Amino acid sequence: MNIVVCVKYVPDAQGDRAFEADHTTDREAVDGLLSELDEYAVEEALKIVEAGEGEVTVLTMGPEDAATAVKKSLQMGADKGVHVLDDAIAGSDSVATSLILAEAIRKIGDVDLVLTGLASTDGVMSVVPAMLAERLGMPQVTFASELTVEDGSVTIRRDNEAFSETVEASLPAVVSVTDQINEPRYPSFKGIMAAKKKPVETWGLADLGVDVAHVGLGASWTMVTDTQARPPREAGQVVTDEGQGGEALAQFLADRRLA
Amino acid sequence: MPAATHDLLDLDSLLTEDERAVRASVRQACADLVLPHVAGWYENGDLPAAQVRELVGEFGRLGLLGMHLEGYGCAGMGAVDYGLACTELEAADSGIRSMVSVQGSLAMHALHTFGSEEQRQEWLPAMAAGERIGCFGLTEPDHGSDPASMTTRARQDGSDWILDGTKTWITNAPVADVAVVWARTDDGVRGFVVPTGTAGVQTPTISHKLSLRASVTGQVVLEQVRLPGDAVLPGVRGLKGPLSCLSEARYGIVWGAMGAARTALLTALEYAGTREQFGRPISGFQLTQAKLARMHQAWATGTLLALHLGRRKDEHGLRPEQVSVGKLNNVTAALEICRTARTVLGANGISGDYPLMRHANNLESVLTYEGTEEMHTLVVGQALTGEPAYR
Ligand SMILES: Cc1cc2nc3c(=O)[nH]c(=O)nc-3n(C[C@H](O)[C@H](O)[C@@H](O)COP(=O)(O)OP(=O)(O)OC[C@H]3O[C@@H](n4cnc5c(N)ncnc54)[C@H](O)[C@@H]3O)c2cc1C
Ligand SMILES: Cc1cc2nc3c(=O)[nH]c(=O)nc-3n(C[C@H](O)[C@H](O)[C@H](O)COP(=O)(O)OP(=O)(O)OC[C@H]3O[C@@H](n4cnc5c(N)ncnc54)[C@H](O)[C@@H]3O)c2cc1C
Repeated sequence: MNIVVCVKYVPDAQGDRAFEADHTTDREAVDGLLSELDEYAVEEALKIVEAGEGEVTVLTMGPEDAATAVKKSLQMGADKGVHVLDDAIAGSDSVATSLILAEAIRKIGDVDLVLTGLASTDGVMSVVPAMLAERLGMPQVTFASELTVEDGSVTIRRDNEAFSETVEASLPAVVSVTDQINEPRYPSFKGIMAAKKKPVETWGLADLGVDVAHVGLGASWTMVTDTQARPPREAGQVVTDEGQGGEALAQFLADRRLA
Repeated sequence: MPAATHDLLDLDSLLTEDERAVRASVRQACADLVLPHVAGWYENGDLPAAQVRELVGEFGRLGLLGMHLEGYGCAGMGAVDYGLACTELEAADSGIRSMVSVQGSLAMHALHTFGSEEQRQEWLPAMAAGERIGCFGLTEPDHGSDPASMTTRARQDGSDWILDGTKTWITNAPVADVAVVWARTDDGVRGFVVPTGTAGVQTPTISHKLSLRASVTGQVVLEQVRLPGDAVLPGVRGLKGPLSCLSEARYGIVWGAMGAARTALLTALEYAGTREQFGRPISGFQLTQAKLARMHQAWATGTLLALHLGRRKDEHGLRPEQVSVGKLNNVTAALEICRTARTVLGANGISGDYPLMRHANNLESVLTYEGTEEMHTLVVGQALTGEPAYR
């Protein structure tokens, strides 16, 4: 079973977010890391391969520092990495992102399963997996909270508020996983040492045969025209109980139509 | 890369990317396995044996146990990696760091350096994996700083050894599977590998500790303990055996102490920024700032000292007095930082809801074990003057 895991390098949510003049995310100002939600996808891939056989390849598209996301995945235990790096990519939207990732997956070749996170922690659109599946002509099964593979098919459990669905698809397939599916490991020291020797390839758009006219800010179908910081939270309201505490709470809920 | 707010000197820039990865993994392990529970273990003065097993197992999977040793399932990491791990462990609790120090730097190090191939094969892979726990018995009820006068004896009976004596204040002893015990023989001090299940061995717990309460401490009582001839560590005779192990563990303390100090500094910084008195945050008062500035300064210099010793250790090895300078400076500094941080929190500083009294109390043990403050002062004094002043 050969698995490709798409991992995104995102600004650390603990740091201060900043935007460039063209309203794209400033990816230089803040330390970045492997999107936490993608760690679940890496963990799931490792579990599948450890229980059987095959190879885990991690794939990222992003600036130079995005190599950090590949490195972390290799330290966790993935076998090899691919980093798509090209100045022309900057500002790409999800349509372009999925184009590039799909071409990279084709070039990696011989793939049985593509795993992604549930959403990136910066863009949070959750659309890349579906777009990837469409471009690769593979079935898409999304939001897996449980996953099993056997006999050429993948079965997932998808939890909704009211019920859980079991969905099956034939392989190869694209599956996005949620943060309920497992508990991602942290790199062991042996993993950290071993990662130094694992192969990482860096590909440009030319290597993938992707036309620069189809990617980057200029090719984006959508454009962010403004960004604003969320207004600071208002201070809470303290109710001192002088016999009327219960009523005050009930009134508070009623005023907000919560009760 | 922007520094964390307390790292004014960008000390992080002195570490390699892989060293930071090692640190991140240990920090994560502590956040998951230790921090949610440690205040409770401390308050109850009880780290249950099942918890110890679980922790040691997880630490084994991570590669923490004997991480700086080569082969036999050990991770083979560098001195700075090991130091960073100690910092993270002790940022959580000195007791947890003690458990790892004793396993790796005392028990496993002794087996690795002085053990026969059979002894190494038997114990090291299982200890590295966290399946077996070790302890290290040097101190006795009547002989602490002066171990040369120890009374635990090993005599030969045919090809067997018979051990008699009591070791006390032994970290991990009540939960250990194996004790490395130092005893007097006709041939000088020798080390013995004593499985704790051997007839005549008892490991009672020492209770009522008011420091290092999230660490298991006990005695190793040996009554007519019969061991096979190959239980002795063949590689060393004399006190340099145990003393060289202690130097290894002490090196970890130089780093570990700065972990406790960092927790104290961060706790005080955060509290000072939110606590208001006289109409503004106490972080705005000059007296509070003086405390914070001095705490930061002591933390930063101690961290630099640890890193210097770590780089030297990797490249040249360390002389004992160099480690003594490190232990002397950093443990005293950490204790001072914790006490100062405690005052910044006022009454809350003495509460178990904050980690400051726990760290400060723990450091009282750290100041004493692995050579007291006075002993290290004498080591440094002798190195400077050439005059031994022990007796
Ligand atoms: C409001 C808004 C503002 C935006 N602003 C900017 C901006 O300022 N600058 C900018 O560059 N882009 C911006 N984008 C685009 C967006 O951040 C990504 O470029 C988009 O291509 C990927 O979508 P996503 O991050 O939402 O991924 P999702 O669809 O949420 O990601 C799902 C999964 O796809 C995989 N994946 C996604 N991206 C990658 C990748 N690059 N490499 C490997 N795997 C990946 C991961 O497994 C991830 O878990 C913006 C998008 C929106 C909606
Ligand atoms: C929690 C804890 C865990 C421990 N774990 C272990 C362990 O795992 N294994 C182990 O073998 N030991 C362990 N120890 C024991 C520790 O190493 C000893 O306590 C330490 O070596 C000091 O010995 P002592 O307590 O007998 O003090 P003493 O040697 O009696 O010293 C008492 C005081 O006299 C001072 N003093 C002694 N001689 C001189 C001198 N010549 N000049 C000036 N001052 C002097 C000392 O510095 C000290 O202040 C542990 C101790 C503690 C508290």
